[in-house]
Amino acid sequence: MTESLFFVFAAMAIVSALMVILNRNPIYSAVSLVITLFSLAGIFLLLEAYFLAVVQIIIYAGAIMVLFLFVIMLLNPGKEAKFLSPTNPRILIITLLSIAFIGMIFTLVSGTANYIGEAASSTGDLGTTRNIGLTLFTKYLLPFEIASLLLLVSLVGAVLMTKRNLR
Amino acid sequence: MLIDIAIIIIKIMIVIGGIITTVAYLILAERKVAGFIQERYGPNRVGLWGLLQPIADGVKTLLKEDITPARANRIIYHLAPAMVLAPALVTFAVVPFGSGIDAFGRHIAFQVADIGIGILFIFAITSIGVYGVVLGGWSSNNKYSLLGGLRSSAQMISYEIALGLSVIGILLLTGSLRLNDIVEAQIGMWNVFRQPVAFLIFLVAVFAETNRLPFDLAESEQELIAGYHIEYSGFKYSMFMLGEYSNIITASALIVTLFFGGWTVPFIDVTKFGYWGAFLSVVSFAVKTGFFLFLYLWVRWTLPRFRYDQLMHLGWKVLLPLALLNLLFTAAWITYA
Repeated sequence: MTESLFFVFAAMAIVSALMVILNRNPIYSAVSLVITLFSLAGIFLLLEAYFLAVVQIIIYAGAIMVLFLFVIMLLNPGKEAKFLSPTNPRILIITLLSIAFIGMIFTLVSGTANYIGEAASSTGDLGTTRNIGLTLFTKYLLPFEIASLLLLVSLVGAVLMTKRNLR
Repeated sequence: MLIDIAIIIIKIMIVIGGIITTVAYLILAERKVAGFIQERYGPNRVGLWGLLQPIADGVKTLLKEDITPARANRIIYHLAPAMVLAPALVTFAVVPFGSGIDAFGRHIAFQVADIGIGILFIFAITSIGVYGVVLGGWSSNNKYSLLGGLRSSAQMISYEIALGLSVIGILLLTGSLRLNDIVEAQIGMWNVFRQPVAFLIFLVAVFAETNRLPFDLAESEQELIAGYHIEYSGFKYSMFMLGEYSNIITASALIVTLFFGGWTVPFIDVTKFGYWGAFLSVVSFAVKTGFFLFLYLWVRWTLPRFRYDQLMHLGWKVLLPLALLNLLFTAAWITYA
């Protein structure tokens, strides 16, 4: 049951992720990204990481993607231009970067294969709200605070950019 | 196994049937209350006191022509009403509407899904309800509907923050995200007396989340004619209405669950009285929810609409700091007292 559901969610995630980059209409791309995020939330649910799944939907699908849509609708860009011509030098750079990225992912996945098995066997209270809170505020307190400081800085910067005439 | 599945299916049918019926009579009640507040009768021709009016309305919208604007984005235009209605109906799944009974050798809770992160589930599902409004407004290819959709998205994101923060105080007091735990923690003392500020913030924010007056900027008739659903007709229009009123019902039920003791009855322990106790708990829940449904109607026909800048000012500069202060005081009180 769990395994077949995993394949359903994984297929949905991959297909919708492809739709994000293959669609010319930015609105369709944004909606496809929302479907990708939902499929990932489904996979988190199967891994019994309920908190992570719900937070994924609240933050990414519920807030960030709504803002994306908001901006796309305000700017109302037309359909994206067709593919780059094969003689364009950017094609070469893009291909090289993609190969490097795929190579990195393969190295990571082959290195963590053992960990995945471990995580799956220690089911239960791994992803509960209480445990995530405890880990975040004890073991990983410093990275957590640094990340929130980073967000605060970018927030202040964004406000400052809109109010340039105040200075 | 089979009986468990049957119980779940029956529960789902009861909840969805209950919501749809309540929506039908809520719309009638809205027109009646509006009539009384404006010193007229309201609908009173169809059936006794107009009680058959919802059926007449339903048949009428089903028979109306379904119009699609020529330059609309067809796929999204047809999907948007469902994107509003589906989350509105799903949210109620985690709300406990009674104490539960013992039958067939097992305890049957009056709740479709008793999940450990109930309150977060509600926030997650309501936060995706905005897509139907935004995409419906955009795909109609009409400037008024687009403006309505944009306003609605900005408004819902702004008030979601105050809404979430106001609830955290209760979660701190209860120590659980499960809605049934929150209800049981209120036996003897409702949360509204422990967290009065949080209740006020939650009430205001939930009015904004459901796009109701005095915060119905997404529809505001004088400026946008009808807002995001301006181009919709026939049954798609009624799906938007069904979604809006289902959201109101879920919001009222949530206020009752979080702040007014849910299905508990003051001074009586309903779990001791078997089937009659369970019946009493459902009645208690329905009466309390009914009061907040009436409050929604009462406010709509009493208060004028906010201006858009006032709405944003209230959300970001009043409710958000107030919610943070309330959270700070609650945390300090729990730590030091």
